[in-house]
Amino acid sequence: METLITILVGVLVTVAVYLLLSKSLIRVILGTAILSHAVHLLLMTMGGLKKGAVPLLGENAEKYTDALPQALILTAIVISFAVTSFLLVLAYRTYKETGSDNLFLLRGPKDE
Amino acid sequence: MNNIIVMPMLIPLLTGILLVFLRPYIKVQRVFSLVSMTATVAVSVYILDLIQTDGILRIDFGGWLPPYGISFVADSFSMLLVLTTAIVTGILLIYAFSSIGRRHESMFFYPFVFFLVAGVNGSFLTGDLFNLFVCFEVMLLSSYVLITLGGRKVQLVESIKYISINVLSSWFFLVGIAYLYGTVGTLNMAHLSVRIAEVGQGPLLTVISIIFLVVFSLKSGLLLYFWLPGSYSAPPTVVAALFGALLTKVGIYAMFRVFTLIFYHEPGVTHSIIGIMAALTIIGGSMGAIAYNDIRQIVSYNVVIAVGFILVGLAVSTEVAFQGSIYYLIHDMIIKALLFLLAGTMIYLTGTSKIEKMSGLIRNYPLLGWLFFITMLSLAGIPPLSGFIGKVYVGQGAIETGSYFLLAIAFLSSIFVLYSLLRIFINCFWGETIINEDDDVPLKKGMLIPLVMFGILTIALGVGAEGLAPYVSDAARTLMNPEIYIDAVLTSDR
Repeated sequence: METLITILVGVLVTVAVYLLLSKSLIRVILGTAILSHAVHLLLMTMGGLKKGAVPLLGENAEKYTDALPQALILTAIVISFAVTSFLLVLAYRTYKETGSDNLFLLRGPKDE
Repeated sequence: MNNIIVMPMLIPLLTGILLVFLRPYIKVQRVFSLVSMTATVAVSVYILDLIQTDGILRIDFGGWLPPYGISFVADSFSMLLVLTTAIVTGILLIYAFSSIGRRHESMFFYPFVFFLVAGVNGSFLTGDLFNLFVCFEVMLLSSYVLITLGGRKVQLVESIKYISINVLSSWFFLVGIAYLYGTVGTLNMAHLSVRIAEVGQGPLLTVISIIFLVVFSLKSGLLLYFWLPGSYSAPPTVVAALFGALLTKVGIYAMFRVFTLIFYHEPGVTHSIIGIMAALTIIGGSMGAIAYNDIRQIVSYNVVIAVGFILVGLAVSTEVAFQGSIYYLIHDMIIKALLFLLAGTMIYLTGTSKIEKMSGLIRNYPLLGWLFFITMLSLAGIPPLSGFIGKVYVGQGAIETGSYFLLAIAFLSSIFVLYSLLRIFINCFWGETIINEDDDVPLKKGMLIPLVMFGILTIALGVGAEGLAPYVSDAARTLMNPEIYIDAVLTSDR
């Protein structure tokens, strides 16, 4: 299972990098969103996927699943949502202000 | 257990939330923000003093003992930085009162400054790596808002670059955390240090440490500083000063923490890389600082030089060098804030940022000229001012370990700093004044007072370095001997 998820993470990172390298601002933002989801899966996988019972005290199971990675990605997901929504609003404002979402045009020289 | 440690993060956070509701009452916002900053300063001084008698303090949230729970740890190093943050932000707020403008003030400028400070202080105080990531994000999200607030075209365009870089570096941070957790199974910094000492820092852990090096380099502008000059010159003066004084320092702090506490077993690899990166940063920063004719660019590149210089202290890694770096960190937070404010004030007075379009400012604004002169000397490390002592100690550390190349580069950078600022000084302050009596913009009192306060602070830090010495040497001792930190965090009887 871990191997499968690791491959999935690899695929997601590939897709994200492809999107990040494109000229359109919206694609770059989608790229960052996919990139963060890839790392969330990675966090989950590195902690070990389901190994035993649910991590509740008093279950008296032999082995418990590690609950920490889930807590970690929960926090990370919230943060990545916040950043992504901020970026989307920023992209909209930039489009309104400059009339373009092409990063090649946006980067233009400013003090020459 | 000591609940007061959480206050330097809690006070700004609560103030920020409170100020959101006080949006229409700008006067009340100003008073509240000053009062709460003063309170933060007072609490920080108290904690710093407490550490000298009680040793390193720790709070376990919810009573979960480390390594299981989240904890805040306050040692001298972090508290010195928290204190400086609070003082610098307090003075910057005074400057903001008269310069930021009504539009900013009614669009939640003050709340976001406080959220930024909460994130910065949280990063300084936290005791585990994931919490460090969260505090970084709190700080970064507020900085995103502050850099875009105002919505001018250049701000929007520059902030896209800034945010994308930071999203990417946060991504690397999470990758590093994931691998580290998969390898040693903990994220508490003291516990990590113990575990890594047990299993030995093999090649795998060294690679993970280099991921962290990349992350913190991106945040602090060590070698990977290409985003910095653009984004630091886009926002209004106060925000730029806040960024220049605080944001890069958090990255530097994290780097010190991680490479003295956790990954200190392979200095031949990691610390050599830091040394090389620091040298390249200084060279690149120096070239940038003398290449431009735009004040804001010159000032931004001066931030880069300072980052390189401070990390020379980490690269040579002796107790004396750590002391030097800590002195220089404190000095740099104060003097960079002053430098950015001076540059911003000059742009405000003349309406241009090109040095060839200004002349003879010292005739109209003598005090401003003298303050710039003091700043220049302080940055170059002339003795009675605050930059001197840090440079001496870092130099001494470099000589102890025989890193003469780093020493030469670090000290040559002072000449480039001096030259780049001297160019501004000669071009803008000397010569015939081009401002005639009619369009002479009066320098507001509210702008001059914070500048003078920073000026006094840099002199006081230079002259009164002896008063600070016990705290700094305690901080350097803790950095040099990680077991002090580990003992304080992992003993459960406190």
